[in-house]
Amino acid sequence: MNTTRRTVLKGATASGVLAGLIAAGALRPTLVLAADWNKAAFEAKDTAGALKGIGATAASESKDLMLKVPDIAENGAVVPVDVVSNIPNTSSISILVEKNPQPLCAQFDFANGAVADVSARLKMGQTSLVKAVAKADGKFYTAQKEVKVTVGGCGG
Amino acid sequence: MADPMKIRAQLKGDVTEIRVLMGHAMETGQRKDAAGATVPAHFIQSMTVDVGGKRVVDGQIGTSVSRNPVFGFKMKGAKVGDKVVVSWVDNKGDKRSDEAVVA
Amino acid sequence: MNIASSGLRLLSCTAALALSLSAAAQAKDPNAEFEKFRAEMEESNPAELFEIKGEELWKARRGPKNVSLAESCDLGQGMGKVEAAYVKMPRYFADADAVMDAERRIVWCMVEKQGFKFDDIAKKPFQGGNDNNAPEITNLVTYVASGSRNMKFDIPLGDPKVRDAFETGKATAAYRAGPYDFSCNTCHGVDGKRIRMQNLPNLATPEGAIKGVQGWPGYRMTGGVMLTSQWRMNDCFRQQRFPEPKYASQAVTNLLTYMSGNSNGQIYKGPGIKR
Repeated sequence: MNTTRRTVLKGATASGVLAGLIAAGALRPTLVLAADWNKAAFEAKDTAGALKGIGATAASESKDLMLKVPDIAENGAVVPVDVVSNIPNTSSISILVEKNPQPLCAQFDFANGAVADVSARLKMGQTSLVKAVAKADGKFYTAQKEVKVTVGGCGG
Repeated sequence: MADPMKIRAQLKGDVTEIRVLMGHAMETGQRKDAAGATVPAHFIQSMTVDVGGKRVVDGQIGTSVSRNPVFGFKMKGAKVGDKVVVSWVDNKGDKRSDEAVVA
Repeated sequence: MNIASSGLRLLSCTAALALSLSAAAQAKDPNAEFEKFRAEMEESNPAELFEIKGEELWKARRGPKNVSLAESCDLGQGMGKVEAAYVKMPRYFADADAVMDAERRIVWCMVEKQGFKFDDIAKKPFQGGNDNNAPEITNLVTYVASGSRNMKFDIPLGDPKVRDAFETGKATAAYRAGPYDFSCNTCHGVDGKRIRMQNLPNLATPEGAIKGVQGWPGYRMTGGVMLTSQWRMNDCFRQQRFPEPKYASQAVTNLLTYMSGNSNGQIYKGPGIKR
């Protein structure tokens, strides 16, 4: 993937204006990106809404999409998650926690040699399915696993 | 002012592993303080990783990412000495950009 | 920690105890599962963010006397030297005529060398749940501790004053009192005890003692805060329903001398990450 999300989502007109601003030094590229935050997807209150927001309503399960999460998390405030896609031409990976108030946690678009392999740490309010969604050649693939969230001891 | 990030980029074989620690409260907007008032949402929304001047990762983030976020990425084609630039912007417009080199 | 929240925490502790017993029976071995991910957590530990800030503070000219700790504070390894200092404290400092742990020593330097007021530091010495920033002293302790990463504990127990602190700490750990008639040793003085999913170390053994001091100062995942051994000791007193010690108290230094001394020869891994 050689185009950035900016040009894909905003289309020719908007990106032309923005490119002009960047060239003039008025905006840094990262600021432009903030404006691209997918509000509808991230603020969706359920998984169906979040999947719709990222355009992944017709995702099929794939064994080539690996989701590594603990079976049981020591602390729901910090749950490590690792997603690796072996699906050729994977251009993006999204991560969702089904039972969180806003299920979509993150979406990463890859380019210029990035391997479709990302790790992050998530908050989980309760025991829930964690879902990974990969996009490759315009199609969506998914994998999911349950993480049990415990209440730990008192001190640490 | 936003706190500095800690970035590590290491070439192992032909794959470069990039790990980033960010200092950010990542407030969900759902938590209440001791007085019972809702703590307003304050979280990183966008992050990017550029290596050797090229955008490698373009990320969008929500409130479910843990406080003081940690991310790991991998890429091919980078060389020792390549500059790695990681940037983020949060929902209040605060931003931060830090650099490291591939080791 | 305020009274209301500690009360809540007490309730949640008791309620969850019953729940987790059945959960533990179902899962194969939750501790093995925790261990699997702990290495990964340690590999990228937000504690490093506090280390960076602590290093800046250590090197900056600050306080009414406008001097840096790097040029004025001797942690026992020479002026301003941080390397290997943490694993050799508590130790006796002649200039203060006291046995001090790392945090107490840094506070002493901030007061005596930089001119800060003790009461100002003691006003809020620990990061509260969800506070955005850790106090400066916590960042400083974290930086100092990082200078002893992968080094062996080597508390100078041969020094009579340190030995005295060790023995007092040992007696303190065995002292039963409070509404529950608890001592530290009630939970931490024998093998095989557990609170909910967490195994409790026996602090009388080298293997147990190192678990008590290992990982502190630590990034606490709960609340995302950085906390020191001083905080941990105070919290033990709170959990025993004892009055909490004053900040940087000698009683805490004594307990740390006992635990760190029992850890002698064990490797300290540096600032840690805690549940």
